[in-house]
This record gives sequence, structure tokens and C-alpha cells, in this order.
Amino acid sequence: MYVPASSLFIATSLVIALILNFLPLQGDLLIARPDFVALAIAYWNVNHPHKLGMSLAFGMGLMMDVGNAGIMGQHALAYCVIFYLTQIFGRRLRLFSLLKQAPQIGFFLFIMQTVFVLIALSSGSTLPGWSYFHATITGTLLWAPAAFVMTLLSKPKPDSSAL
Amino acid sequence: METAPQFFRNGPGPFARLFIFAILSCLLIADDTRFKYFPQLRQTIGVIIFPLQKIAYIPSDIYDQVEKLITSFNLLEENVKLRQLYLDRREQLLRLEALEAENTHLRRLLGAAQQIETTAKTKVVLAEIQYTPRDPFNHKITLNKGSYHDIELGQAVIDDKGIVGQITQLYPWSSEVTLLTDKDHAVPIQVVRNGLRSIVSGTGKNNELELRYLSVNTDIQQGDLLVTSGIGGVYPSGIPVATVLKIEQDPAGDFALVTSAPIAGVNRNRQVLVLSLAQVESNDSLEMPTIESGTN
Repeated sequence: MYVPASSLFIATSLVIALILNFLPLQGDLLIARPDFVALAIAYWNVNHPHKLGMSLAFGMGLMMDVGNAGIMGQHALAYCVIFYLTQIFGRRLRLFSLLKQAPQIGFFLFIMQTVFVLIALSSGSTLPGWSYFHATITGTLLWAPAAFVMTLLSKPKPDSSAL
Repeated sequence: METAPQFFRNGPGPFARLFIFAILSCLLIADDTRFKYFPQLRQTIGVIIFPLQKIAYIPSDIYDQVEKLITSFNLLEENVKLRQLYLDRREQLLRLEALEAENTHLRRLLGAAQQIETTAKTKVVLAEIQYTPRDPFNHKITLNKGSYHDIELGQAVIDDKGIVGQITQLYPWSSEVTLLTDKDHAVPIQVVRNGLRSIVSGTGKNNELELRYLSVNTDIQQGDLLVTSGIGGVYPSGIPVATVLKIEQDPAGDFALVTSAPIAGVNRNRQVLVLSLAQVESNDSLEMPTIESGTN
């Protein structure tokens, strides 16, 4: 039976995802860090559609932009794109097992990073190396375990007084 | 969308929403890269996310504390080492003072205008690098000091080796530094060997700077040290910026392609110094020197 997750739990998970994105990492770790906020948005949109709004994704994107000292609006646009993709394909994704979902989520993450590259190119930057897309790979690898843990956590405890 | 219950079907569809937000994002991007009509927006969001960032720094803070505890065991040894270093530097400083005195003396003899003394007047604030963004496109770092700690926009940031960058965005408790390597950043410099003045610009690549518009026959050599010239009033003069790496003199082109590597490193240490803005001299230092005729 489908039980909608509590809004408090969703909000907490998004805040934690933001904090994880703000972790002061350096070097290779930083390059390989998956975008936790994108993963969280994708997870909630796939498993509990209609719980998040696109404006929330947009707002989270703005916060990431300021925290990341980047161009205002690039994360906002990217998160809206991943929100849209997971909203459109969410119902189909739910038919697959977590391991089979991972490559498809990986493709969405790749599209999201391509959005970043396009925005950077439009403002006059040069093309980054392929290492820029390492985050897509780590995000793909993280999807199955993270989604598994989230599903465990978001399941309501069985009510002992229920019949 | 047809299978969604009635009460969910309100407002425009997903694609329409994406379209609206995409246009909004594009407007924001255009505003941020070109016009900058809403500088307060960034400030406000910066204050909102500050607690989150603070929480994110907790692990590294704990790591620092542990490291401090470990280093405190060999403080004595370090103290001896530092004392030795201090004496060493002290000796160099004495020599510098003597040289400075000699320099002013010689200048007076020449009748040249007194150069602006920058070393004595700059106030420095020690700040710590808190965050380096994941973006390979923007070369910026976040420091843990902001307007609350008397940091101003445009101040120069240096480390123990040379110029790191310049403060470009100010929040109450933190600030953003645009690094030398950022593609929109330029520093007025001078070649130490021959005093040639130019401007060194970032290329957007790590560890690469560019000297633009130097003609093919310019006297510049591999390994030349570039220091700030002090022109423009942002950077105090004489701070190392870069060393010349490679010179490509393409006879077909008008300009030589001069690439250089910045001397300061951001990845190496976590502490940087924020220099106060160079003071504008009140007395007219550009006054023409009066050359007195020797009467004796």
C-alpha cells in the first residue's frame, strides 16, 4: 500500500542533502562528490510524486548557487530539469528494481551536468575535462544504496494498536 | 497526468512549469553574469544558508581540533624552530631596513619623488579558506571572515608566497575571493628583471595565467618573476604574482603568447591574509621634483 512520506522527513532529508553538498572537500574528493540534492529531489519525485513542487527545486538550486559561489540560476535550472525528468519518468522508473533504476538516474544526472556545462560555455568558459562527469558516476553508484536506506527510513512504523 | 486524483490536478502541467522556471533561471543567469540588478538577492540567500554551511564545517572543525591537540605535543620543538626562524628573519629585516634607508637616501639624492610606502600602512586580517566550490568553471573560494570582521569589497588576498586573489562578494560572516586564475580577473604587474609593466589575466584553467597584448619583440624571458606594480590602487606594489612559464613567439601573429604560473597556491594552505585597500596618499606624491643646483 502506498503511504505518503511525512513532510517533515522530506524536509529533513533535503536539508541534510544541502549540508552534504556544502561539505568542505578538496581535490579528487570534491570532483567525485555526487550532487546529493539532485539525488534527493530525484528520490522523492520517483517514489512520492506530488510531494515536492518545482519551485522548491528552484529554491534549493538558488541556495546551492550562493553556497557554491557560482552563477546565480545554474543549479536552479539544473534542479528544475532533473525535477521535470523524474516527474515525467518517475512512474515508469518505479517498475524497475533499484539496481535497474540506477543507470537511468545516471542518465538524468548526466543531462543535469550537461546543463551546467552549457551555462558555463554561454558565459565564456572553456570545456571542462571528462573528470567533471565523475560526479555522475558516483551519483549513479550511490542511487541504489541511498534509495534503499531512504525507503527503510521513510516507512512508517507498524501501528501496534491497529487490527 | 490523467490518472492523478482530482485534487492534484491544479496549475500548469510539468512541461509548462519547467518552461516558466527555465525562463526565470535564464533571466537570473543573464542578470548575474551581465547586469547585476539584484545584489541583495545573493546576500539574503547567503544569510539563510549560513547555518547550514556552519553545520557542514563541523567535521573539518573537529578534525582541526584533533590536529591541534596532536601538534600541541611537540610544541616545544616547534617553538625552538620558530625562534630560530624568527632570528633568521629578524636579521633579514634589519638588512632590509638598512637597504630602505639607503634607498630613500639615494632617492633624495636623485631628487625623485618619494614612493608611496605601502608596507607600513597596510592592515592585515588573517582568514581561513572554508570552501572551494566544485565548479571547474569558477575559480573562487570562500573565506570565514566577512563584513562583520571589517573586510571590504576589492581587498587583495595573499598567502605566504604571493597574491591569491581579490574579495568580490561580501556576506556578514564570510566572503568570496575571485582567484587570479579566474577568466575575468586581471592584475597589473611589473617584470622584476627590467621593470616592464603589463597586466596578467586569468585563463579559467588551473595554474595558468596569461600576459596578453605583449608584442613579439618584448623583452621577456622564461622564469621572469612578475610582481604587482601597484597601479590601480588595489594591490600593494611588489608582491609576487607569477613566474613566466612559456613564451611562444609566433611570427605571423602580432602578439607573443606568454603563459605564466601563479606563485601562490590555494590548495597548499588553509590560511590567507586579507590586505586592507591601499591608502590614497593625501600629499601629492606626483609632484615634480625640484632639482636643486649644486651650490657647494
